[in-house]
Amino acid sequence: MRLKRITSAVAVSLVAASLAGCGGNEETSGGAAEDVTLTYWASNQGTSLENDQEVLKPQLDAFTAATGIKVDVEVVPWSDLLNRILAATASGEGPDVLNIGNTWSASLQATGALKPFDDATMTEIGGADRFLAGSLAATGAEGQPPTAVPLYSLAYGLYYNKAMFAEAGITEPPATWADLIAAGKKLTTPERWGMSIEGGSVSENIHNVFVFSEQQGGSFFDDAGKPTFDTPENVAGIKQYLDLIQTDKITNPSNAEYSNGTEALADFASGKSAMVMWQAAAGSLEELGMDPADIGVAPIPAPAGGEDVASIVAGINLAVFENTEHEQQALDFVEFMTSTPTQIELNGTYGSLPAVQEAYSDPAFQTEAVETFKSILDTRAVPMPAVPEESQFETLVGTAVKNMLAQAASGTVVTEQAISEQLAAAQQQLAG
Amino acid sequence: MITANPAPEAGTEARTGSSPVRAVTRRKKRQWLPYLLLLPVVVAELLIHIIPMLIGVGMSFLELTQFYIRNWTAAPAAGVGNYRFVLQFDEASGKALLHSFWTTVQFTVIVLALSWLLAMAAAIWTQHAFRGRGLVRTVFLVPYALPVFASVITWSFMLQRDNGMVNHVLVDQLGVTDERPFWLIGDNSFWALIVVEVWRLWPFAFLALTAGMSSIPAEQYEAAAIDGAGVLRSVRWVTLPNLRSVNQVLLLVLFLWTFNEFTVPYTFFGKSAPEQADLISMHIYQNSFVTWNFGTGSAMSVLLLLFLLAVTAVYLLLTRKKDVDA
Repeated sequence: MRLKRITSAVAVSLVAASLAGCGGNEETSGGAAEDVTLTYWASNQGTSLENDQEVLKPQLDAFTAATGIKVDVEVVPWSDLLNRILAATASGEGPDVLNIGNTWSASLQATGALKPFDDATMTEIGGADRFLAGSLAATGAEGQPPTAVPLYSLAYGLYYNKAMFAEAGITEPPATWADLIAAGKKLTTPERWGMSIEGGSVSENIHNVFVFSEQQGGSFFDDAGKPTFDTPENVAGIKQYLDLIQTDKITNPSNAEYSNGTEALADFASGKSAMVMWQAAAGSLEELGMDPADIGVAPIPAPAGGEDVASIVAGINLAVFENTEHEQQALDFVEFMTSTPTQIELNGTYGSLPAVQEAYSDPAFQTEAVETFKSILDTRAVPMPAVPEESQFETLVGTAVKNMLAQAASGTVVTEQAISEQLAAAQQQLAG
Repeated sequence: MITANPAPEAGTEARTGSSPVRAVTRRKKRQWLPYLLLLPVVVAELLIHIIPMLIGVGMSFLELTQFYIRNWTAAPAAGVGNYRFVLQFDEASGKALLHSFWTTVQFTVIVLALSWLLAMAAAIWTQHAFRGRGLVRTVFLVPYALPVFASVITWSFMLQRDNGMVNHVLVDQLGVTDERPFWLIGDNSFWALIVVEVWRLWPFAFLALTAGMSSIPAEQYEAAAIDGAGVLRSVRWVTLPNLRSVNQVLLLVLFLWTFNEFTVPYTFFGKSAPEQADLISMHIYQNSFVTWNFGTGSAMSVLLLLFLLAVTAVYLLLTRKKDVDA
């Protein structure tokens, strides 16, 4: 590894010397560029880290064949990714290109660890207007050049079991939150629950309550970026979530300890629950043995009279590490990964949505489910707060929600007063 | 402490030299040798312990948030701001730290007591030879030999509410309760963590006590038996006094390990522990890595270090005083 880095560093300086005056035009780099190896940290999108390696390999080989630039890919599990990025940021020793959760964009932008895509750079990789507008909004703070571009777009949908709905005589997916609760109560039997949630997962909790609070007209940060956690709307949003367990009783209290990011989905796949709120999951559900004919997906409904918000703008962004010694090659790689054919191929395999408009003309993305998700992303999705404190916000409020769910699961009702106190406490800790 | 050892050895070497003149030059030559041999240790000690510790202390006086982690030198000085922030016990952050501190104190005391009692009982049982003693001792040491991650993850599977083995046995088979209790969240999570930690820790105490007991002369037990002492009395008047110095070190080490425990709760609960089992090192991790505020995280670490130093100093002082009395 070390040796490789040194050799590649030597190679780069040779290339740089031979290119002096060429303005970094990649087409002219010719044979010398073959010695450049980019380090790429990919996030875990497939069913396992090995699966990701397999999915990415043909694409990376195609890139190497076309440009002569080699790519050394490492798939980093989600539990490690942010820590690895922070460590790389602090030491300056990191990958050349990396995937980031798009909700971290503003926080990581604030560290200065990622290269800004100014207008000229954007043009170089094909222009900003190629991307979905919604996903592009989640690439950094407003008014600053983004430090990442969308790679895989995702949105939350309400997955429901069509067979169970039909059996219970429910013909339409719920249109309002009250419909959802009513359907959930109908579907809850001694063997099965109306809805499963990943209640021990900080990130799932924060994504869910953020959407619910948006539905209630709430907001966790004001326009000036100041935290406004403890508002009646945010309390109502969190209560809407906790009530699944404590009042509506359509969710198994045991869900409060589900934390590895697959348990709620597994319950849905095996028929232990009739609904689940999840990001593009069709592929995983089939892998878990669910009959594709039973899988229905609809937007997560809002309470009657609430804001029509169904999801956060979820997804994975692609960024270039500021300390890279191969900026040009890294940008070539970004252009390749966001090119239409690569987008069709990778998003098709992973079950996510392409981040570029053009890819949607491909027949693979003309299905009902993709159209549902695309319309959610186009019209009903809100980006997570684009403030530097976003990651802290996710951790603090997500943890508070996790603890409140645990309390509700143990049979103690969490009152609005208690939610309000938890939010105030979380906001005080953010100030540190 | 370490530097004192090799010096006399070098002196002995020099004295064996044949002529006085050669001995003097050789002594001069050899004088630097012990220090040279020590150099790697000193450098490693500096690099691995002292310097990171000093950097940590330095960080605690900086406003080291995500804006500055790329370039620490640019981080503005916070003075005692970080300390003031973590110690404001009337605010949520200070309350959380205090809560975490008390949780850790209770956790440590209970774990220490249980581990030591268990280890003591097991060591006494296996002190005298019987058929299969080696096997029993080996079985006792298994938890210590297993990789932490694998064993603790297994515990967390066993303690799941719906599919865990513990609830299956308690509720389905024995019918102890009708309601399936939670073990990984809520009040029970504190006790679940204690069970796992004791299970992890007691074999070490067992090992140390067994080693200590093996050096107690059999005559002392014989003499006690002749004087009419039963098992309990010979434990009280022979075993325990002989183990004084072992226990002194053992309890201190167990205390420090338990108080700082991170791997077990992190593997057991994941990134954020339930409030009821929020141990101090997890709390500090949450406040630095997870919320990207390395300044306050470092301030808490420094406070933890000071606390542990103080406890250690007082403990050593107290136990030494008893030595003098005896």
